[in-house]
This record gives sequence, C-alpha cells and structure tokens, in this order.
Amino acid sequence: MQADAIFFWAFSTVLIASALAVILARNPVHSVLFLILAFVCAAGLFLLMGAEFLGMILIVVYVGAVAVLFLFVVMLLDVDFAELKQGFVQYLPIGGLIAICVAAELGYAAINWTRSPTASVPAAPSGMVSNTAALGQVLYTHYFYFFQAAGLILLTAMVGAIVLTLRHKEGVKRQSISDQVARTPATAVELRKVPSRAGI
Amino acid sequence: MVYELIVFLPLLGFLIAGLFGRQIGARNSEWVTTALLGVCALLSWIVFFSVALGGQQDAYVVPIANWFTSGKLAVAWSLRIDTQTAVMLVVVTTVSFLVHLYSWGYMHEDPCRPRFFAYLSLFTFAMLMLVTADNLVQMFFGWEGVGLASYLLIGFWYEKPSANAAAMKAFIVNRVGDFGFALGIFLVFRLTGSVSFEPIFAAAPGLAGKSIHLFGLNADALTFVCLLLFMGAMGKSAQFLLHTWLPDAMEGPTPVSALIHAATMVTAGVFMVARLSPLFSYAPTALSVVTIVGATTAIFAATVGLVQNDIKRVIAYSTCSQLGYMFVALGVGGYGIGIFHLFTHAFFKALLFLGAGSVIHAMHHEQDMRAMGGLKDDIPFTFWMMLIGTLALTGVGIPFTSLGFAGYVSKDAIIEASYASHTYGATYAFLCVVAAAALTSFYSWRLIFMTFFGHRGDWAVSLPAAARGHGDHAHGEHDYAAHESPTVMLVPLAALALGAALAGVAFRHWFIGGGSEGFWKGSLFIGPDNKILEEMESVPWLVSLLPTLMMLGGLVVAYYMYVVDKKAPARLAKGNPLLYRFLLNKWYFDELYDFLFVRPTFWLGRLFWKGGDGLVIDGLGPDGLSARVLDVTRNVVRLQTGYIYHYAFAMLIGVAAFATWYLFAGIH
Amino acid sequence: MEIGLTHYLTLAAILFTIGIAGIILNHKNIIVILMSVELILLAVNINFVAFSTRAGDLTGQVFALFILTVAAAEAAIGLAILVAYYRNRGSIAVEDIDALKG
Repeated sequence: MQADAIFFWAFSTVLIASALAVILARNPVHSVLFLILAFVCAAGLFLLMGAEFLGMILIVVYVGAVAVLFLFVVMLLDVDFAELKQGFVQYLPIGGLIAICVAAELGYAAINWTRSPTASVPAAPSGMVSNTAALGQVLYTHYFYFFQAAGLILLTAMVGAIVLTLRHKEGVKRQSISDQVARTPATAVELRKVPSRAGI
Repeated sequence: MVYELIVFLPLLGFLIAGLFGRQIGARNSEWVTTALLGVCALLSWIVFFSVALGGQQDAYVVPIANWFTSGKLAVAWSLRIDTQTAVMLVVVTTVSFLVHLYSWGYMHEDPCRPRFFAYLSLFTFAMLMLVTADNLVQMFFGWEGVGLASYLLIGFWYEKPSANAAAMKAFIVNRVGDFGFALGIFLVFRLTGSVSFEPIFAAAPGLAGKSIHLFGLNADALTFVCLLLFMGAMGKSAQFLLHTWLPDAMEGPTPVSALIHAATMVTAGVFMVARLSPLFSYAPTALSVVTIVGATTAIFAATVGLVQNDIKRVIAYSTCSQLGYMFVALGVGGYGIGIFHLFTHAFFKALLFLGAGSVIHAMHHEQDMRAMGGLKDDIPFTFWMMLIGTLALTGVGIPFTSLGFAGYVSKDAIIEASYASHTYGATYAFLCVVAAAALTSFYSWRLIFMTFFGHRGDWAVSLPAAARGHGDHAHGEHDYAAHESPTVMLVPLAALALGAALAGVAFRHWFIGGGSEGFWKGSLFIGPDNKILEEMESVPWLVSLLPTLMMLGGLVVAYYMYVVDKKAPARLAKGNPLLYRFLLNKWYFDELYDFLFVRPTFWLGRLFWKGGDGLVIDGLGPDGLSARVLDVTRNVVRLQTGYIYHYAFAMLIGVAAFATWYLFAGIH
Repeated sequence: MEIGLTHYLTLAAILFTIGIAGIILNHKNIIVILMSVELILLAVNINFVAFSTRAGDLTGQVFALFILTVAAAEAAIGLAILVAYYRNRGSIAVEDIDALKG
C-alpha cells in the first residue's frame, strides 16, 4: 500500500467521522471542535492532492478565523445542552430518503462523468513552480476581476457584520473623531497669565 | 292655432307651477294653472260649437312636428279634430277647470299646493294629447301620460304608505292593460302598415274576415286586434278583472278622484273604443266581448257598492258600474250612446265626487259614512247639489219622454239599445244593466240617507273603535259642528249641477237623436248594418218604463232601510253574514289576485334575486372568486411555517428534483 | 491501491450528504445549521480541487479559493445575524424561530 493511500484513508475516515459528530454532538462546543478537526483533515487531503496553498489557507482562514468565530459565538450565546427533540423521528424517514437520493445521484455522477470536449485549458505555468506561485500567476492575470470582486464581498461582509452587531453601551468612554478634528484654538487652548514663582 | 293652444296651455301651467312653484308661491301657482285652464275651457266650448254643431267639414288634422321615422313606420305629432274630439275636449277642460277651482278651497291647508296643481295640469295635458291624437302611438303617449299623472296624484300624500301602495297598484294594473294595448298597436301596424288613423280606417273594411296565423292557430285578424286594444281599455277603465285599482285610488285627494277617476282618465278606454269604431265595427266577436265585459262590470260593481261604508268608495264603485254601462252601449253598436253617457256621466259623477269632498271637508276629513248623519241642515247647499247629482245618476225623469235629469236620458238609451240589439250577449247585457239600475238607485239613495238624513251618530254603533279621524290631514277631534264649504268650492258644484240637470235634455238630439248624423259627421263609424239608433226607438213600452221602475224600487227600499227602520241594515247583514262579507270584501278579488299573481311574482323575484343573482352570478363571479382565493391562500399559507429547516428542506427537495431531472432528461 | 478521482468524488458526496442531513435533521440550534453549511462548502471544495488536480487546470483551485472567501463572509454575517437575533429573542432553538410564519 502506498503512503498516499494510507494517508488518504486515514484522513477520509476521520473527516467523515468528525462530520457526523458535528451534527450529532449534544454539546455545541463539541460540535465546533469536531468541525475544526474536519477542516484539518480536509487540509491534509488537499496537501495530498498537491494543492498546498489551498490546504494552508484552509487552516489559516477556516480554522483560524471562521471556526474560532463559531466558538466565540457559541460561548457568547447561552446555549444549553439540547436534548434530541421530538421532531427528529418525524422527519427522519423523509429526510433520510432525500439525503440518500442526493447521495445516489452524486455517486452516479461521480462514476459516470466525462470531460466536455469543448472545455478550454489555460496554459500551464511555465517551468516547475510551486503551487502558490502558479496560483499567483493565474489569479492576478486571468481572474483579476473575480479577485477584486472577492475583495468587495469581504468588505461588504465586514461592514454588514459591524452594522448588525455594533451597539453603543452607556458609560463607555469613546472618542468622537469629528469633535476632535473640529477643535479650534478658542476651545482647546486657554491662555493664562502666570505670575513667576506662583504656578497655576 | 286654437287647437294647439288648447292642448299646450296646460303643459305650460304644469311647467310653471312645477318648476317655479316654490319661487312664485302657492297662491300664484293656483292662479296661473287655473287661469290657463279657464282659457282652455273657453276655447274648447268655442271649438265644440264651431266643429261639432257648426257646419265644418268632417275632420281635420293639425300637424305639429315629426316624431320619429323607422323604416316603414312614420310617427308624427299631429292633432285630429273632429266631433268626437270636440266633445271630449269640452268634457276634459271643463271638468278640469272646475276641479282646479275647487282645489283652491279643498287643498287650502296643504303645504304642497304648487306640486298638486302642477300635477293636475300635467294630467290635463296628457289627457288632451290622448283625445286629440291622430295616431295610435301618440294616443299611447297620452295614455301613459295620464297613467303617470294618476300615479303621481294618487300618491300625492306620499308619506302615507297606503297611498303609495294604491298608486303602485293603479300603475301596475294599468300596465297589464297597456301591455295588451301595445300588442294591439303592433298588430295594427303589421296588418295595415301604418299607425295613423286615416290609413287604418281606410284599410279596415279590407281587413274584415281576414285571418292571421298565430301560434299554430288561425284567428280572425280584426277580432284579435280589437281584443288586444280592448284589453288596454279594460285596464284604463277599470273593467271587470282589471278593476282592482279603482277603489284603492280613492287614497288620493277628492279633487283627483273627481277629475281622474270619474270624468276623464277612466273614460279614456271608452273614448278609445269609440275612436276605433271603424275597426271594431268589422269585428263582431270583439264587440260581443265588449258588451259582456261591460255588463258584468256593471252588475259586479253595483253589488259591491251596496255595502261599502266609505263615502268615496261607494261613488268609485258607482263609476266602475257606469263605465260598464258605457261599454255595453259601445258593444251593441251604439257608439253615440256610449259617448253621450260619457258626457253626462262626467257632469254628475264629478258633481257627486266634489260634493262628497265638500261633505268630507265639512266633517274635517272624516270619510266613513257611519260617522255622519243629519248633515242636511248643517250643509244645505251641498245637500241640494248632491241631491241633483243623485237624481241624475239614478235616472229620474218622466217616462216615455226624453225629459229628465241627465242620467235618465243616457242610461235609458243604453237600456233600450241593449234590449233592441241583436249582438250576441245583448240579452245578458240587458238583464245586467236593468238589475244594476235597481242596485244603483239603492246605493245612491243609501248614501244620501245615511249622510244627510237622520241624526249624527245614528250609524255610529257599527263604527269600529279605531276608525276615528283618519286621513293625513285630520284635525283630531270629532263632533265639530259641520260647516259649509267656502264659496270657491261651491261654485264648481253649482256649475256641474247645471250640467247634470240639463245636459241630457239639451244635447240628446245631437248625440243620439235625429241630428246625430249631422253631429258626428263620420267621426263615429256607423256601419251599414248598424241601425241601433232607430231600433232603439221602437222597443216595447215596458222596456221604456223599466228603468224608472227600477229606480223607484231602489229608492223605496233604501228609504225603508235607512230612514224608517234603521235597524234593518244590521239585521240583514247579520242574517246573511257570508253574502255580506263577500260583497264587503269586493268578491275577494284582491285576495285572489294576491294569491294568483302577487305571491308567485314575489316568489319568482326572490328566486332570481337570492338564487340566480346571489348564488349563481355572485357565486361564480365576485363572491365565489374571492372565497376560492381565500381557500387557496389558506392552504398555501401552511407552507409558510417560519421554521428555517422547513425552508431548507424545501430547497433541498428542489435541488434533488432538479438534479434528478437533469440526470435523466438528457444532458446535452 | 490507486487513489483515483472517483474516491475523492465519493468522499465529497458523502460529506455533502452529511451536511444536508445536518440541516434537515437538526432541531437543537441554529449554529449547527451554519456548521452544516460549512461542511457542504468543504465538500464542494474537495470536489473542485480533485478535478483541478486531475485535469491539470488551476481554475478549480482558483474557484475553491473564492468559495473559501465567500464561505468566510457568509459565516460572519450569519453569526452576526444570529447574535442580533439572540439579543432580541433570547433563544436560538430552531422551533422557537417562527417569526416568519405566514
């Protein structure tokens, strides 16, 4: 057995197990932690496939930012251990049926796919470069607009998150930039005649 | 010019009083309308003397304007002036003028006087259009116009629900007759190609004996036409079966009853049959029907009038009965006799109504005769006027001569003519009119004795407890000393009394005597076989004596029952309760019609309203649509649970379906 | 054994199904739904990278990068909404969130 295969099976199994654990865990903190584990395994799989940049980015962004964000929110909200509610059994048959249908279709597609003869392949980067450099060469040239659009999406998301959750609490010391900038010497400076040896 | 003035001056009066009545005030409205009608009456008498009695030609037509033309049908506004028209002009304008004058006093306390006088003038205008019409459509216009004016006047005191109901009843029953009239006009146009009188009369002999094919039957054309036209006359003149509206029409003010339901509107039917005498003369079957219906009406109305307690109702039934007499006369071919009776009847019936109005006015709007009695000394002038009217109505005169009060001359002529006639149904008619003469005498004298003789309160025991001070304008308290009416009300009475007394004697020669040829001058069609006027003269002496005998018999019985033995009426009523109630309730005709026609109509209307309109149209249309929309949305709303996982689930199902379809429907 | 494209695709399919099941069958709280969405996006990423490797075409990886971007943005916004909702309603149990009920 090749090392590739062993690693693949290991990573896959853990990935699937932790994905199941995400949705079945009772404690939501455990769910988040299992999600982190799933991301790490997926990063490993990416490395196996040769997309090391993407794998590292997965760790940095997904685990380092998104999952931590999840953790923050879970701990911020007072979430109980929730018991399996009644409705679970009611929806299990139909939900399971749909899920199996989808899986079957995906499997079918996975086994029987063919490449379209008209698809174009952009030129491979010249020479043996690392995956990161290759990505960079493609990203900033052919996909430049998408890149900028992704930046805009992030900007929007950031503004949106701030707008949704920012609230001004009473009694918190804050700066008012506009007041500071609008300061005039008349309001800021006071000239006092100080007699010598007297002090203010 | 004169003719246009006669016809259109009342219209002017209507417009002035109707549109500007409030501005010019009630007094001025009265003056304007009455003055205009006075001018009309004067002009009508001038026309009468120049056209009817003078040596003018047969008939002339005064065209006014073109009305409409549609294909072959050309209808114009034009006036036809011949003797028959002249007679009617005199009757209508004279009685109308006197009624206008009378209303000054009778309607003195009414706040809506301008409206009343406007309506009176409107009615007069419509009636004059009717009698001067030169074609059937214009006559129909006048016909409907008088029906409208009748509705407005009967329902004049419109706050009274009984008045409204009576007005509607009159209009609707008339409508039934008008339906037949309209069909008759259509058929005439179909047969002759015209609706103007000249062409119709010219075509009439050619149509005699022709038959038309209708609903698989062959019917004699002229008979069918005349029967349809007579249906209109039955409605307007309150003949048997379409009579139910006339007694209820007494809800209107008494001057209205005098003008419309005694002298003019109800005689429109008689006038129409006489005007169309050329058509009717060629349809003997129709004439027999006219005779029989008229005779039945005469006897029927007389029986009902025997037991009525409202003074106006007695006179109304008397009118109904006398109209039957007129139709009997027309039916046996004596068109001149019928018009003559119309002429005299206008005078004495209007006199009786206005006199009754005077009595009612004296009794402070009490109309029930059982509350009256002994008024001879309180209101002597009215008493003598009513006495003259009753003498005229019952036909008091010297037998074997033509001397007598007006009714004697004309009624006598009818009885003799019905005896002498060979028309099918004439014998039946003769028996009916003779019997009716006796009954007429009885109830007329009953009215006089109950109202004027004896003492107040003689008959009050039979008065129901609640019947006190009815009428919208009652003064509340009773047992006032009755006072005589103002002069403005008594002058018309005197004028009419003069006519009632002398009209018969004065005009007999022209209407039905030797001078009738020269008088009518062909405006009434006397067919070659129609020798009724001569045959009338040669009846047995008993027949000539019979009317007087009947009159005396009625007088004696009435005198006995209402002056000598005052308990006799009550005894008789108690002894024959069924018959009494049968007569008192007008032979239960109202109940019969209610059961036969009114209730099914309401049922049908309700069916169409609730079932058809409500269920079907609304159900399939707006209401049904909105209910269905609500149903559907109520069910669709169930999809909106608000739960995210339901929505996600829905999306998932959508994705799965899409993928399945994509996979199996072929990927290209 | 040779690990081919099919293995990766199958893996991605299973992950995808688990994510969907997590959405449908979850009754505990909303956060699990958001995490299931992350799982779905991860499955799609694996698919993209697998194809990209197989085809020698970097487009798949570029697209996976963008998916990553969008997923991060969406997670941020989703959680912000959740926090705002929790502040107003005090509960994130899935059955209690039926304010959109029609």
